[in-house]
Amino acid sequence: MALASVLGYKSNDDFSRSMKCSKTDDSIDRFDEKLNIENISKFITLPPFSDPAKYLKMVNDNVDRVRIQFLKGTTTLAFKFRNGVIVAVDSRATAGGFIASGEVKKVIEINPYLLGTMAGGAADCAFWERVLARHCRIYELRNKEKISVAAASKILANMIFEYRGMGLSMGTMIVGWDKRFRFCYMKGPGLYMVSDDGERISDNLFSVGSGSIYAYSVLDAGYKYEMSTADAIDLGRRAIVHAAHRDAASGNIVRIYHMKETGWEKIEEEDTNNYMYRYRQDETMNF
Amino acid sequence: MAGEYDTAITVFSPDGRLFQVEYAQEAVKKGSTAVGVRGANIVVLGVEKKAVAVLQEDRTVRKICVLDDHVAMAFAGLTADARVLMHRARIECQSHRLNVEDPVTIEYITRYIADLQQKYTQGRGRRPFGLSTLVVGFDYDGIPRLYSTDPSGTYHEWKANAIGRQAKTVREYLEKAYTEQIYESAHETIKLCLRALLEVVQSGSKNVEIAVMYRHKPLKTLQTDEVEKYIAEIEKENELEAERKKQAKQQMGGQAQPTTTGPSTTASKKE
Repeated sequence: MALASVLGYKSNDDFSRSMKCSKTDDSIDRFDEKLNIENISKFITLPPFSDPAKYLKMVNDNVDRVRIQFLKGTTTLAFKFRNGVIVAVDSRATAGGFIASGEVKKVIEINPYLLGTMAGGAADCAFWERVLARHCRIYELRNKEKISVAAASKILANMIFEYRGMGLSMGTMIVGWDKRFRFCYMKGPGLYMVSDDGERISDNLFSVGSGSIYAYSVLDAGYKYEMSTADAIDLGRRAIVHAAHRDAASGNIVRIYHMKETGWEKIEEEDTNNYMYRYRQDETMNF
Repeated sequence: MAGEYDTAITVFSPDGRLFQVEYAQEAVKKGSTAVGVRGANIVVLGVEKKAVAVLQEDRTVRKICVLDDHVAMAFAGLTADARVLMHRARIECQSHRLNVEDPVTIEYITRYIADLQQKYTQGRGRRPFGLSTLVVGFDYDGIPRLYSTDPSGTYHEWKANAIGRQAKTVREYLEKAYTEQIYESAHETIKLCLRALLEVVQSGSKNVEIAVMYRHKPLKTLQTDEVEKYIAEIEKENELEAERKKQAKQQMGGQAQPTTTGPSTTASKKE
């Protein structure tokens, strides 16, 4: 029950007093509220000091000798096209000038039809997306149908919004495929970007991270909604490879996923440098 | 034996019953009747309108209420409890729209109402809600639905159901009268609901209230003159049916005479 103690769940010891029925119990409506998505805000754990936002701002900025830098050193991208969504990410983790790892998994497989990308604090992204996975599963069991991408991204955005200003660092994209027509939007591929200031927006094309500026230029130059799957994968790959080439905080391996009607499929994971050599030698883009 | 176990509602009796819940179901049986019928493209709710005091404004008693654009609810039992439950259900409909960006399915909101009713059968110092509900509406895929909940917190889906006073009589009538043809026609569905209600309610448009919901349209309460028209049609059909039965009986009696011979038949004629 480690998770239970982390979330602060207390077992219902008072129940044994119930035989007397001496007073009304106001907690009747609070029984197992934790499982309801909209009650997340009542059960969050706060950092153990009085003004978290101010303290963390001090620590992040160049004040005194202490400086903890949360860097969004990465390149992640996702875009919708005719046959679904392509998700492409790099795999480098940096802390200042030190490359901490070259094999980070920046795509989080929430469930077989939902993906989340990671940019910013790795721990923040990994933890909250796992909490999201739990809520998605409970929704699926309760309502006997898969959760929509809009609802999943909204759950995540609402959870993050409760911690607004307290030092979370995440820029994540939630990618999925909606099987049925929904009230607000068509069925088919879904792509939302959720960030640590509680922003949640939907669009056809996103890129997040320090290398996103390079990725955007390649993506915007070559993006067409009616692309074939092979072209779309190539576009995603090129964007990451070019970003990895110029941005110091991105690189190592490019991982590509394709979100289809039947769920996501992992396309490849290859070294970005090898691709760069190939592009230099013989392959140019078809604009 | 019942006396020891029926005050504290979280306690089972030795033979496995929750008496407070059963007493709540008795309270429901005292409430005015409500009938719900589901058609292919329509859902109909009908309620009995109890006579009001002379000085009371008629329109303040509303037994059919709207939970959202596509969901409506009728109840039988304690009106005050219903008001509270309806309020919570309305909030939940909007909350669902906000968090999931989708309207509720009828099953979801019925499950919410039933969960709420169940919660109050398992807490300390609180009595159960003394009402049953009929929840009707259309899901996102356009399929019409009718659900019914009761004070114990269970819910079921129905093609047609009745709750409240003399619900058993009405339900038996519905079981006999509900056919595929009625299901297909909106007009017939409304008439079936009225017929079922008129089994236990005095005939007259001021004693019944009918509300209908078509797909993608809001709930509409039928006006008095529309109800009068349906009642007139029903009464004419009843008369024709009675006429037909009388003729059939006469024919049967007439046919018996020429074809039979022998002492056994004369004995039966004397009867």
